[in-house]
Amino acid sequence: MSLSAYVPILFLFALAAAFALFSVGVSQIVGPKRANRAKLEAYECGIEPSPEPVGGGRFPVRFFLVAMLFIVFDIEIIFLYPWAVSFNALGLFGFVEMLLFIGTVLIAYAYVWRRGGLDWD
Amino acid sequence: MTTAVDVLAQELQIRLPALDYLAMGPMLVLFGGACLGVLVEAFATRRSRPFLQFWLSLIALVAALVTVVRAANNSPQAFTADTAIAVDGPALFLQGTVIVLGMVALLLMGERRIDKGGPFVARASVPVGGEADRRQARESGSTEVFPLTLFALGGMTLFVAANDLLTMFVALEVFSLPLYLLCALARRRRLISQEAALKYFLLGAFASAFFVFGTALLYGFAGTLRLGGIHTAALGSTANPLLLFGGIALIAVALLFKVAAVPFHVWTPDVYQGAPTPVTAFMAACTKAAAIGALLRVLYVALDRVRWDIEPVIGAVAILTMLVGAVLAVTQTDIKRLLAYSSIANAGYLLVGALAFSREGVSSSLFYLAAYGFTVVAAFAVVALVRDEDGEATHLRRWAGLGRRSPVVAGLFTFLLLAFAGIPLTSGFTSKFAVFSAALGTSGQWQVAMVIAGVVTSMVLAFPYLRVVVMMWLSEPVENGPMVANAGTLTWTALWVGAFATLVLGVYPAPVLDLAHKAAEFLQ
Repeated sequence: MSLSAYVPILFLFALAAAFALFSVGVSQIVGPKRANRAKLEAYECGIEPSPEPVGGGRFPVRFFLVAMLFIVFDIEIIFLYPWAVSFNALGLFGFVEMLLFIGTVLIAYAYVWRRGGLDWD
Repeated sequence: MTTAVDVLAQELQIRLPALDYLAMGPMLVLFGGACLGVLVEAFATRRSRPFLQFWLSLIALVAALVTVVRAANNSPQAFTADTAIAVDGPALFLQGTVIVLGMVALLLMGERRIDKGGPFVARASVPVGGEADRRQARESGSTEVFPLTLFALGGMTLFVAANDLLTMFVALEVFSLPLYLLCALARRRRLISQEAALKYFLLGAFASAFFVFGTALLYGFAGTLRLGGIHTAALGSTANPLLLFGGIALIAVALLFKVAAVPFHVWTPDVYQGAPTPVTAFMAACTKAAAIGALLRVLYVALDRVRWDIEPVIGAVAILTMLVGAVLAVTQTDIKRLLAYSSIANAGYLLVGALAFSREGVSSSLFYLAAYGFTVVAAFAVVALVRDEDGEATHLRRWAGLGRRSPVVAGLFTFLLLAFAGIPLTSGFTSKFAVFSAALGTSGQWQVAMVIAGVVTSMVLAFPYLRVVVMMWLSEPVENGPMVANAGTLTWTALWVGAFATLVLGVYPAPVLDLAHKAAEFLQ
């Protein structure tokens, strides 16, 4: 396989980088600048990282459930994408296997739901 | 010009692996049973769960054992799943061993009379010592342990049959992760239990990482993950041998960690002491069998052509393991830690058998694992029985004079300790004899050195065992000493099964030895 197969990818990188530089640069030049406290805060990241909060930066242990659920469904998606791409090649076997896989994830989901893992309080 | 899309399209010519469902039956049954267990946990009422979970797990284990026997009768030698799984003699023997030992350990887990509500905590996330903790002490214990045990057993049955490093790694994780959780669930002494789980988890995660690194290096060397491919490449490949030996070293670290061989043993006493006793019994019997099984397969299938290079290293590890395990066992004052160091020393004896690199080496190791498993489960059953008001009385001083108060339990424990010490007419003698004679049969100098170390350490180890025996029978009983708990049939069954197997395998070992010998051929 020749390296030329990667040329389109290189193009994509170049385009993406150019677009990012262009947008940031243009908004610096032409955008209006109105100072606002909210603009200086961390964007959609939940907890203020600094200065460290009182009590050594504790936050509710319940977040660990969210993180674990995220991993479960994230991994499901990781499997679903390549399966969807190669659906025709895998055929009925792949379909049944994927149903089995989703079934086992659903079992875990049912457990979490019934045992109150989805309730915040 | 080949575009990226063409490359992808070429990759997508997928060849579906042929799956032999009978050969994979034990794993499918165990994983299916575990999934059912999770559903029971989700939908059954809290009251009915202990009963349902226990019987569901036991039925799943019986069904898995039946599939092992059927697979052994139908097609004793078969690759399946595109040679990722090898269902051969050692795999089937160890699957059967692990499942039977798992059954006996399950009896200990299901015991609900010694500690009202079972040996496990109801909600492990409740902080220790608070009002909520006192409230949950009266609740019925967690029943998640049963599906977790089934998952662990499923992983172990896959681990001993894995014929490729990636499958082996997945199996390693599948049986390790439930074990980390199980260690944290003790009803009494919860802090030490959680500490044990954390230590086991952190060190186990490191060991897993070593395994993956080693897998990567071996893939770089051989161009394949199959053990058979590594066997071929060991002589034929032109790649840098540094990759091969680096890979072997890293994988050996991970496997020897699970086996609890020195210098990767430091977790063992803490984890064995902290974990709930039924879980300790489960780990000492089943994890050891699974880990030695995988180590045997790697050594015999993938690395037999470089055996001269690895023999000195693993031989030294074996000698060190026996010495450190035996010497440190002498200084222990806690019965669970004593059994942990004895388990380390036994890992050394198992390595002696594994390093014989002969059919006798495999068969004696298989026999040893079965025999040792029964003895150690029964020994931990006794530990679970001897209690005072604070729970298990694990300090050895508290065991003084137990023979006068409860002669039956003390007698059984004496018998088990004599088996550990390798006294004739117990399985400890026959299994050690089998392992040492297999090593001497090869007449290599390392083997001779290992056998000498083995015999010397056996004598050293007899001292701590006999000290406990003397204490139980000849010392004056301590005041307010521990009593044998009023246990249900489950614990007693486990104890008697273990002791009976120890006796039978010591007096009439021929059937099991023959079975192990017939099974001792790895599929290349």
